[in-house]
Amino acid sequence: MARTRRAFLKGLAYAGGTAAVSAVPAIASEPRKAPDDAVGMLYDTTRCIGCKACVVACHEANDLPPDTRGDALYDAPQSLNDRTKNIIKLYQEDGRRSYMKQQCMHCIDPACVGACMIGALQKREYGIVTWESNRCIGCRYCQVACPYNVPKFEWEEANPRIIKCELCNHRLAEGKEPACCEVCPRDAVIYGKYDELLAEAKKRMADHPGRYVDKIYGEHDGGGTQVLYLSHVPFEKLGLPELGDEAVPKLNRTIQHGVYKGMIAPAALYVAMGAVMLRNRRKGDKGGES
Amino acid sequence: MSEHKATPVGGSLMTPSMRILLFVFMVGAALTVWRFAVGLGPSTGLSDGYPWGLWIAFDVVTGTALACGGYAMALLVYIFNKGKYHPLVRPALLTSALGYSVAAIGIIIDVGRPWFIWRIPISVGKWNLDSALLEVALCVMAYVMVLWIELSPAFLEKWQDSGNTGLANFSRGLSKFMDKALIWFIALGMLLPTMHQSSLGSVIMLAGPRLHKLWHTPWLPFLYLISCIAMGYAVVVMESTLSSRAFGRQREDKMLASLSGVTSGILFLFVAVRFVDLFLRGRGPLLIGEGYYSVMFWLETVLFLAPAIMLAGSRGRARIATMFRASMMIVVAGSLYRFDSYLVAFNPGPGWSYFPSVPETVITLGLVAMEIMVFIMLVKSFPILSGTSPMPAHRK
Repeated sequence: MARTRRAFLKGLAYAGGTAAVSAVPAIASEPRKAPDDAVGMLYDTTRCIGCKACVVACHEANDLPPDTRGDALYDAPQSLNDRTKNIIKLYQEDGRRSYMKQQCMHCIDPACVGACMIGALQKREYGIVTWESNRCIGCRYCQVACPYNVPKFEWEEANPRIIKCELCNHRLAEGKEPACCEVCPRDAVIYGKYDELLAEAKKRMADHPGRYVDKIYGEHDGGGTQVLYLSHVPFEKLGLPELGDEAVPKLNRTIQHGVYKGMIAPAALYVAMGAVMLRNRRKGDKGGES
Repeated sequence: MSEHKATPVGGSLMTPSMRILLFVFMVGAALTVWRFAVGLGPSTGLSDGYPWGLWIAFDVVTGTALACGGYAMALLVYIFNKGKYHPLVRPALLTSALGYSVAAIGIIIDVGRPWFIWRIPISVGKWNLDSALLEVALCVMAYVMVLWIELSPAFLEKWQDSGNTGLANFSRGLSKFMDKALIWFIALGMLLPTMHQSSLGSVIMLAGPRLHKLWHTPWLPFLYLISCIAMGYAVVVMESTLSSRAFGRQREDKMLASLSGVTSGILFLFVAVRFVDLFLRGRGPLLIGEGYYSVMFWLETVLFLAPAIMLAGSRGRARIATMFRASMMIVVAGSLYRFDSYLVAFNPGPGWSYFPSVPETVITLGLVAMEIMVFIMLVKSFPILSGTSPMPAHRK
């Protein structure tokens, strides 16, 4: 009896999930790497002039309706939303200013993908995070999970979708670049293979010492992103969060896979509980102990 | 056990209070239809910054924790073999079955495309095993069914004496089968909440950097698990007290007292784990100086500690009023912990805010009204509650 009860309590502790995490870091999964065919973008704040040509091009390329929801006249979205997959913002403080481009970061180990129940959001070809309609039930867990606040929901639709930058994967299939990169007059945002973009960013930093903050955002942040940033102002001023080097979904993965590996712990717990109950019933004990 | 035999309460169903509940439910139902017509934007206070609100934080996360009475009682009676608590099991199971059913309906109302929900259980090959929410979804679906099966003997007992011979024979046959099989359903009824109540902590853990450091910890699943068990016991104490009063039944004071002892221990453990974890990870300084967040954390801590202390000594447990008050505080503490970790401590960045809209709130009230209505109807018609001897008239 004592032994089965102990087994039960043990199982309970496991299911709590935390014993696994705090005591057995050995089961922590290896950090993920960008896929071999990974592509991405490099945005350089020192080159952007804020013309917003990329915002318009993105709208056109992705068949998004104009966002005239402010004054019903101008197509002027305030931030990423269900009609805006790409936006240019302006940071201004104490005489310093910088433009900032926001869109999906196409994380190497994305939190939204870790959240998504049956894989509507996944890293598909070229490591691009895309959304598949018929696997989405609209639970919006991706929105809760994304540290960049990127996935957007069609709040005014009866059959809502998740809207986010998919790196113009429909254009890539035609041999074209993402619309924002193609249209940029200053090459402030460029498209390319992930490895080459990373090399280019490093080269620019080496060629222009002192021009940039001493870091490529996305090289390691949150486990790395396929969209990289160079900036002359601190990244947190541009709204890019300090995530550390660990991928956001890693802690969850460690716990889920530690506890539920092969469903052994739950199965053992189930059998143990059944066995304890059978034994209790056989003893016919109706609660003598108090 | 004969003195503990459960019997229907009886009496008329359409009382004035039932009419009020029915009205609230009808308004909620009408607003639900409207919500599906216009979408979630116009009908709720939700936004891209706060994609989850009242329905998830209350109906699902808090509601299922409050519905853990069935789980907590089953652990005690069947695993720790405290058969003396048996009379509390059926009402606890009914509250759980109703609470989880309401949570399931809440999810259907909350998600944007509920017509695809059926794909979750059948898309086995596509399951994302990283997703704690997937596990919650599967477990909750299964557990709703398991709870009604666990409760089925109450229905079968009644139907056995039905005038309809077909129904009576069917119930008798099924009863025999259930006598043997029930243990395995009960075991499932304990495994599933262990899994998904802890996973509700994992779900919000993924918000990672957007969840305040006082709440974000690898211990979230564990804290969610033990607090839901405490909440389960508290609800059992409250429900037993209230229904003995409402239906003029004898109370099970002694039982509730020793139950409260267990609860007290769990509460102390909860607070201890939280503080030790914070200090070990160097987050102790956040306890002061984080303004609003520190205040909320301390409010939670006081609400968890106070009932733990009230119930720690046998003197506190001797008084039903003290136990009831402590149980209410536990329910508030556990609910606040859940609201804080899903809403208050969740920070999507500047410019976002959330407050539930009126329709959103009324829909939730409608669901609660439905839950109470069905509870009253079922205990009046089916053998759920025990303690047949009516209480003295002046106590009614």
